Amino acid sequence: MSVLAAAADSGLVMSTAEQWLFWTVGPIVVLSASALLFAKRAVVTACSVMLTMVGLAVLYVGLGAPFLGVVQVVVYTGAIMMLFVFVLMLVGVDISDSFVETIRGQRWLGTLFGLGLLAVLGGALARATFTQVIGVEAVSDGNNPGAIANLLFSDYAFTLEVTGCLLIIAAMGAVVLTHRVRLTKKLTQADMAAVKVREGMRLTPPPAPGNYARHNAADVPALDAAGKIIEDSVPDVLRMRGQVHTLRGVAQDLLPAEVAPVDAAPVDVVVDVVVDVVVEAAAAEPPPPADASAEAAPAEVAPVDVAPVEEGDTP
Amino acid sequence: MIGTWLAVTPNPPQADFSQDNGWIVAGKAVLILICALVSVIIAIWFERKVISRLQQRIGPNVRGPMGLFQLIYDAMKLLLKEDINVSRADKLIYIVAPGISVAASLMVFAVIPVGGQATIPFTDISTPLQLTDFPVAVLYILAVTAVGVYGIVLGGWSSRATYSLLGSVRSTAQIISYELAMGMSLVTVFIMSGSMSTSAIVGAQSKLWYGVMLAPSLFLYIVSMVGETNRLPFDLPEAEGELVGGYMTEYSSMKFAWFFLAEYINMLNVSAVCTTLFLGGWRAPWPLSAIGDGVLNTGYWTVLWFLAKTWLLMFLFVWIRGTVVRFRYDQFMRLGWKGLLPVALCWIVLLTGVRAADQFGLYPLNDWAVPILSWCVVFYMVIWYWPTKEPPSVDEPTTEPTEFDPLADGYPVPPLPGQKLPPSPRQTLAAAVAEVKEEQ
Repeated sequence: MSVLAAAADSGLVMSTAEQWLFWTVGPIVVLSASALLFAKRAVVTACSVMLTMVGLAVLYVGLGAPFLGVVQVVVYTGAIMMLFVFVLMLVGVDISDSFVETIRGQRWLGTLFGLGLLAVLGGALARATFTQVIGVEAVSDGNNPGAIANLLFSDYAFTLEVTGCLLIIAAMGAVVLTHRVRLTKKLTQADMAAVKVREGMRLTPPPAPGNYARHNAADVPALDAAGKIIEDSVPDVLRMRGQVHTLRGVAQDLLPAEVAPVDAAPVDVVVDVVVDVVVEAAAAEPPPPADASAEAAPAEVAPVDVAPVEEGDTP
Repeated sequence: MIGTWLAVTPNPPQADFSQDNGWIVAGKAVLILICALVSVIIAIWFERKVISRLQQRIGPNVRGPMGLFQLIYDAMKLLLKEDINVSRADKLIYIVAPGISVAASLMVFAVIPVGGQATIPFTDISTPLQLTDFPVAVLYILAVTAVGVYGIVLGGWSSRATYSLLGSVRSTAQIISYELAMGMSLVTVFIMSGSMSTSAIVGAQSKLWYGVMLAPSLFLYIVSMVGETNRLPFDLPEAEGELVGGYMTEYSSMKFAWFFLAEYINMLNVSAVCTTLFLGGWRAPWPLSAIGDGVLNTGYWTVLWFLAKTWLLMFLFVWIRGTVVRFRYDQFMRLGWKGLLPVALCWIVLLTGVRAADQFGLYPLNDWAVPILSWCVVFYMVIWYWPTKEPPSVDEPTTEPTEFDPLADGYPVPPLPGQKLPPSPRQTLAAAVAEVKEEQ
């Protein structure tokens, strides 16, 4: 009797619903798994792995192994991939791979182990294809986690212990390798304040960025009383990236189109021009005076990337 | 003898879905969806009202009775705002991320038993007030929650902004840290009930709620549930004071509303899970459950108890928000890894030991053994973590009095303890005058 016929006899062929599930989820899993190889961005790769895991979980649940499916998502998607994403975000996402071999003969070893894995997977596939299958329902008896627990803690107890030891050793290794003996005293808040006083550093927080109602953004430097730019008011990160808005850009936005570019003018002149324009606009307004300041402001709203702030009930 | 509550074999789900057909399942699913969305609207109004009472304000009171319609105005305002897409964002992920959050948060209620067995009005069909249940339902909740976090993480990353990225990095760390404590508090429930199915867990609490029997687990769960939902005092991923809005800084209008929605549904979710696992689920509280031979534990009455318990927990959320200030990041991590996790681990080992001693017949337990043990653990925890009032430190000069330098380090400073003040000019003058008088 052929395997397929035996399977049909025991009611183990795929139902229509199961086939629909397989042919919907299967391609998604394969596509997202290949995105792992071809995607350029590390975070996109991580996302595709996540999608693969969830797709596989759906297939497991469809095959009558809910425990495996759900644990797959909890452990791999929820914890391990999350750790990967965490590291990717901390390290920086677009660092290209280095192809330098750090271990000698790494490629040959890699190929060898790869072939070994292929052989193991092939063996598993062959076993699943050419032997008599009885189905998950028959072994798990309607209580999938209970059946797995019985197996794990009887036949595979030793394997489980060994795996547990391996994981603990790995965790200990990570702790030992990354441990760093602190050579100096940890600075407290009071210590840092004392250092600031001693070194003559700024004691207060830096001035807030932004000027004028239109440019209340983190990348626009504040102006001091003389109209000079206060460099410190823009966060260090933006300054290092060179993303600071210049006052000239701000002035150009404020000025009417017919006025010449202010690129060449020195800062003081630019400030004078801006002040003149605003004052003139305010003076030219007809009464009532209460609305003058509001209408003096430019009519169009600048596209500033700031999320709407809820009034009082932001979570 | 093995106690009657403790004698547990692996439990299959108890809810009986045999009379459900496709229409009933679809109807339940739609009902869950509608109830979740309506509950969110009520929750927002509830939160604003309660928090304003806590802050001695009145809260929304202009639109509609008791300000009830205020939330409609709020929702419309949110939806009609300009939808701004960040031009440098990673478009696909930027748009999909809020969807992941909402979808995942809506999936949790599928396995929550909102009530016991009830008959559908005008029919003979008896069905559990629960969409579905399976042997690993609680693990399913953990899995869905884990996927939902990706919405926050990817949303923050794809915005390509500093604050957003910081928010999502914090969120990943927060979830990894607090899911451990949460998972472990759930494991104790699995150990006692012998099941991971929600209906079986509710069934196992007919004598005593797990919140009473496993009190340390309840406390661990409540702390970690606040951490999981990013609520004050653990709202570090969106801390307004530090990160503007964290992961949702660059989101506006509808996409922002989706994150907002997901957050409130998640609050309801964790409250419902807490109710199901620790507070007896849909069972009536004790004096009520004794009335009329347990008539209040049947039919649609059960929904009332479930909702009452869930909203009590929602009140707890708001109460905590109105009372406690935000943790600093390192304090938060220390609480998770050095506070909750060791306590959870020790508690699991203790409970497993007791359970094994009972199960293998080494030391058969009384029914009250586990509750007494757990309250002893709580008592010990309270004593251990009770903040001790340190005796006021006496500033004793350890060295000889040093000379006081009024302009130390270039700043005018007051004398420090133990520093000898130079005699004041008046004292010097007085001493001199006294000396002269004495001579005369």
